[in-house]
This record gives sequence, C-alpha cells and structure tokens, in this order.
Amino acid sequence: MARHDPGAPPAASPPVTTDSGIPVAPVYTAQDVAGGPDALAGRLGRPGEPPFTRGPYESMYRGQLWTMRQFAGYGSPEETNARFHFLLGRGQTALSVAFDLPTQLGYDSDHPMARAEVGRVGVAIDTADDMVDLFAGLPLDQVSVNFTINATAPIILATYLAAAERQGARPEQLTGTLQNDILKEFLARKAYVFPPGPSMRLAADVVEFATGALPRFNPISVTGYHAREAGCDAVTELGLTMASAVAYCEELTGRGLAFDTFAPRLSFHFATTLDLFEEVAKLRAARRLWHRIATQRFGAVNPAAARLRFFSGNSGTTLTAQQPLNNVIRSTVQCLGAVLGGAQSIHVMGYDEAFQIPSEEAVTLSLRTQQIIALETGVTRTADPLAGSFFVEHLTDEMEARAADVLARITASGGAVRAIEQGLPQRWITEAAYRAELEVATGQRAKVGVNTYTDGGGDPQVEAFELDPGIAERQIARTRRRTGARDGAACARTLSRLRQDADEGHNVMPALVECARAGATVGEMAGVFRQAFGEFQEPSPW
Amino acid sequence: MSPPPRILLAKPGLDGHDRGLKVVAMALRDAGAEVIYLGLRVPVADIVAAAAAEDAAVVGISVLSGAHLPLAGQLLTAMRAAGLDTPVAVGGTIPSRDADALRQLGVAGVFPVGTPLPGVVEGVLQLAGPETAGR
Repeated sequence: MARHDPGAPPAASPPVTTDSGIPVAPVYTAQDVAGGPDALAGRLGRPGEPPFTRGPYESMYRGQLWTMRQFAGYGSPEETNARFHFLLGRGQTALSVAFDLPTQLGYDSDHPMARAEVGRVGVAIDTADDMVDLFAGLPLDQVSVNFTINATAPIILATYLAAAERQGARPEQLTGTLQNDILKEFLARKAYVFPPGPSMRLAADVVEFATGALPRFNPISVTGYHAREAGCDAVTELGLTMASAVAYCEELTGRGLAFDTFAPRLSFHFATTLDLFEEVAKLRAARRLWHRIATQRFGAVNPAAARLRFFSGNSGTTLTAQQPLNNVIRSTVQCLGAVLGGAQSIHVMGYDEAFQIPSEEAVTLSLRTQQIIALETGVTRTADPLAGSFFVEHLTDEMEARAADVLARITASGGAVRAIEQGLPQRWITEAAYRAELEVATGQRAKVGVNTYTDGGGDPQVEAFELDPGIAERQIARTRRRTGARDGAACARTLSRLRQDADEGHNVMPALVECARAGATVGEMAGVFRQAFGEFQEPSPW
Repeated sequence: MSPPPRILLAKPGLDGHDRGLKVVAMALRDAGAEVIYLGLRVPVADIVAAAAAEDAAVVGISVLSGAHLPLAGQLLTAMRAAGLDTPVAVGGTIPSRDADALRQLGVAGVFPVGTPLPGVVEGVLQLAGPETAGR
C-alpha cells in the first residue's frame, strides 16, 4: 500500500469540503457569519431557550451530565441481566436493551426462521416472564431503560409494562425510551414486518397510549442514525430525520391529538461520526430546525414541544476490522462530538464491534471513554462551548439550510411514507454507500490502517466473545415450560380481543398489555398483526 | 466473447444489514457481471431454487448477525441435496476462527468485514471461473 509522503506536493487538489460536501474555506472570519452578531444572537438564543440551538436546558452538563447508556444484550435474559449488572457496577447510569432478530421481527425462538438467530445480536424475549428475568434486581421505578425495538415495539412495551407491574412499579414512575421508529426500518435498518400504513398506525398507537399513561417515558425516538450508517451523509441524515418526525406528528395530529401534548415526549437519535465540526454543527442545527418545524408547521405553543432532545450513538461504520485498537481513538473523537453537540445520552461503540458482540473489556473501555470525557477534560463546564466560532456557526447555518432542502424534497414527493414506498430515499442511501466505498478503495478517502499506514496490521488480537451454542435450545425449552403453565383459554381470549381491536381500528395497547399479562408470546401477538395487516415486501433497491 | 458471469446474491436469515451486499452487487455489475439480487430474509430453499433456475456461476450470501456458520451450513446441505455444486461465497462479520470453519463446511470464498472492495470483486469473479477474472 502507498504511504503518505508528507514531503510530496499535493496532487491536483480537489475542492476541500466536509464529509457532506459543504465547501470549507481555509479560514473563517466574522464576515462569514450571516447577518452579523445581532442576527446570530437571534438564531442562537440562550441554552434552554428557543430556538434551542445552544441546547435544550439552561445549565446543560453543569446541571446534569448526559446519560451513559451502553447498548447491550445477547443470549438469554439471565445472561443480559448479568451484563446489565456488570455495566451498572462500572458506573453506567441507565440501561439500553439490544434484542435478538427473532424478537425484533416477531418470531418466537422455535420458529424455523429464528433458530439460527436466537440470542445473537441481542437478548431473546418470548414472553413477559422473560422480561421479568431480564430486569431481575433492577428496580424499574428507578432505572431508565432504552429499548431498541421497532416493528414489534408495541408488543415489547406491553411485556415491559407487565414486568414492571410485577415488580410493583407504577406506570407514571417508568422512565426510558422506546425506539418505535418504523420509518427508518424501511429506510435503512430493515427490521420491518408490516406494511408502512399499519406500521405507522402501530407507532402512533404507542405514542397516543403513552401520552396519557406514561408521562415520564419517551414513546418514540425518531432516528437518522441508521440511514447514516447505511450510507447517507450528515445533511441527508438530518433531513430524513425531520421528514420522519413530520410524518409521525401528522399521523398523531390527524387523530385529533394536540401537538403540544405529545411532542414534549418525542426524542431523537443521531449518529456522531468523525467529521467533528460538521457533526457538532449538525446537532446544533437539528435543534434549531426542529424548533422551526414545531412552531411554524405544527403551531407549537408549549416551548417543550419544540425542544429537541437526542441520544447519540457513535458510528459503527467508521470502525475498522484492521488494527482494531485504532477504533478507541475514533470512538473518543465521536463521543466528544456528541458532547460538544449537547447530547442527552450517549453510546460509545466497542473497539471490537466491527466483528463481534463487544467483550466485557471492550464495553468497559467504551464506558471509561465517556467517563474520562465527562470528568477529566473540562468540556462540561459551560454550555455549548463552540458557539460563536465563525466556522461552527457558518456550518450550522449551512447544515440547517441543506437539511431543510432534503426535507422539502421528501415533502414534494408526498411525505416520508410515500417517498419510502417509492424507494426514493433508499436509493439515495445505497448510491452514497457505493460512492463512499469507492473513495476508500481508490484512496480518495483516508482510512488509517485500511488504505494508508497499513503496516503492523495482521490479524486483530482481541478478547474473543463466545456465545453459548446451546442458547436456542435453552430458550425454546424455557418458553415451552411457560406456555405449558399458563391458562390457555384465558390467553386465547386476550389474543382474540387483540385481533378485534386491530381490525376495528382501536388503539392496540390496552389489548396487548392484557395479552402480555396472560402469558401470550411475542410470536403470538405479532402473529395476530401479521394476519390483520400482512407483511411488507421491499421494492427493488436499484 | 463469453457471456458475463451470473452471480446470485442474497441475505439469508433475519439480518437486515444490506449495505455491504448491495455495494458488492454494484461493484460486480461495474466489473461486468450479471447480478441477480434476491434481497432480504430469503429462505435457504429459495436461494437454492434460484441458483438452479438462474444457472448461477456463484452464490454469494452476506450475514452480519453472527449466524454465518449455521446459515452457510444449511445452504450447502440444501445445495448438495439438489445436486448443485455452484461455488458459495460468504461475507459478513466473520472472525478469523470462523473463516476456517466455513471453508471446512465447503464454502469456496470467505470475505470478512474489512476485505477491500476490489478484493471481494476479484475473489468472486475468480470463483465464477478463471476466464471471467480480470475482465
């Protein structure tokens, strides 16, 4: 591989841009901040005040540090429970559950499509009893929990509510976030089950139900993270996130719900990747753009309804299988970007995550990365420390304008649902992924250890993560024991009511909670929806 | 001039990470191959049926959930039962110890994450037949 020669003259120099293609000048001055200082002050406001460019809260990290929320889950509920206790013991401040693919897609562990996947990318959950075991010794009236679950989000929420009830926790005490963003599954993450129309209805059922019953819980996390990971740039990520948020809000206001009542509990999820200043600008622009949409498009009066709060995950696709310790450095920069961008909670990838579920050593290092940035660097001392930087303010303005253009293109094509049905944003993502890969292959985009400075690589030496090969059989046996012990007739009645509510257009959440309490399995509940709604087939990607 | 090699690509199992496989599909097309892309969550029986019907020169699957060993095993068993000896390529999050296990199962080409894109293209075209490599 060619090595970079610092003495060589630059080849024909391409224009210098951010990763999203925003031109970057050699230096920025006060002239680059549109409208001068007074206009800028109006675009910024103070932290905790509209338009929230500088942060959702007045005191930011002085008042409260971000939540350190490492995404975790594998194998059985007991194994994941042990990982949760391990993480909390090392100073993590909240939980985030990764579910296995059968759970995400509404198959019980004994389904023929499920067998090879049980417990692999997350924990296997078949019943509310599994949820009870998952949170053993973890008081749900105190511990905030994030659930990365989408197509089966209403079902998993029901099993969680049944488990919390068994612990004696009251619904109004529960804190956490349900991802429940089905649009980005169609866009990028691909764990969809039902067609877009019924899927939007289920997502809205959850938000509507939670708006009354779960006042401290975020019933949706509108995310651009997965579109970004699937290949698009930061501008498109922000534009698509806003397009999805608009679609959910239109679905909810279309039901007659007042925007000001549900919007304060909406949360967001962005990637933070390696182009540090562009990422910080994106996160600041996200708050300002959402404030504009909430107030101008939806007429928000309640300031909290226009205040964007977000979770940041650093990017797995920036990590490399080659020289895996380099990933620690990449993750550190990305975590810093999330902090400078004002994140409310953060996940840092394991350095071994390019090829396996992170080992205990790797997740500890991820958590330590967050703790060192929080406690040793001083970046938490003042809110929005990069405000007023000529460059960062210029980039923030550019990012807002360009993301608004992406949103306008989606709106012009009929809104997020229609655009996704046509495959439009999916094609943007796929084409961008191919371009990025060609740039790495040709050396146009530097990846240390991959296309430059490749010596000293060799086979990655990391602590191997081993999944128990008997996990599927154990999980199947446990679910059969439980379904054998339940009152079958009572359970069947709850499933019939669920079908009726699904068919008649009632909110499905109350019936789902009854099903979960009666011991219905995730596969049985999802099976009702499969029968009622059918399944989605993806259009051709080309 | 020989016709372009026909490469069948699919994602078996439940994993939805299709960025890598679609990038490979586009790169193979740009290298002159004819790509038949079956998409996501394709049952093994459907992959075998398509491999026979399309007369594929290579069957490529991509798995990023960690289920590469059981899924590749199921595919090879089903292909042998159908009398197909089409070479099988597997890509995904494959630790080095599993790469050897896949080859022992009979997988002809293993492309773990981190394999440079030109290396994947060259490797798959070589499996399709020596005359198609380097086109």
